[in-house]
Amino acid sequence: MGMTMNAISRSQIYVLDQDEALDFYVNKLGMEVNTDQDLGFMRWLTVNLPGDPEREILLEKPGAPALDPATAEQVRELLTKGALGGYLFMTTDDAHKTHEELVAKGVEITDEPTERPYGIDFGIRDPFGNRIRIGQMFPRA
Amino acid sequence: MSRAVEESNRAMLRARDAMDRAYAKPLDIPALARIAYVSESHFIRTFRATFGETPHRYLQRRRVERAMMLLVESDRDVTDICYAVGFSSLGTFSRTFRQIVGESPSDFRRHRVAPGNVPSCFAKAWTRPSSFG
Repeated sequence: MGMTMNAISRSQIYVLDQDEALDFYVNKLGMEVNTDQDLGFMRWLTVNLPGDPEREILLEKPGAPALDPATAEQVRELLTKGALGGYLFMTTDDAHKTHEELVAKGVEITDEPTERPYGIDFGIRDPFGNRIRIGQMFPRA
Repeated sequence: MSRAVEESNRAMLRARDAMDRAYAKPLDIPALARIAYVSESHFIRTFRATFGETPHRYLQRRRVERAMMLLVESDRDVTDICYAVGFSSLGTFSRTFRQIVGESPSDFRRHRVAPGNVPSCFAKAWTRPSSFG
């Protein structure tokens, strides 16, 4: 049977501090705030790439009551040692130019731009430990 | 309490990222400890507690993994690759490679095929030879 699902509209990553996340994802990476709403029980904070509001990333703070305090602490510890698994892949028209811009803004580079069979890409790390990969992809065969 | 752990973890991760990024440069413990804003002895101890191995061993595995990649994906000779990944002596490179991989660089080159086109960060993480058995 064919499925009828047709898009990945929202993804989630954990962040330790939503204000700091906003500064990083908006002011440094150039994303836009999609929704920033205090729901009372949580701050619903999502961002998207300019021109692409249909694909949001939820920047969620781990904590009670969604997680018990001990579990939230484990999440925070794994996140900061880079082991939680949050990972964003983005594309660009010019990997070297994007890399230069991010270096100038003090973003932590984990992997310098390299030409690979699939494209030119490089890696960065967000302030909390999440990995982000930015690629100028070659057309798929 | 937890904030201190998080800050320490993040600092250790920053130093480990530096090894991943700049493995070909002459990285040493003082330089890495400076990245993590801690003393050298504290750095070695804390890195090991955080990631399960010493920073020296991590850097060796990173360099050996990159050497494995170059052996498979390029035609460069072994000596060239040894220096390209950050080793300063062919003897140390050959000994370390054999100890970690279980065979010599040239034997390894004969036996392996190149990985597919996955993003190179995944190749780097998943083909790095394990020190955890």
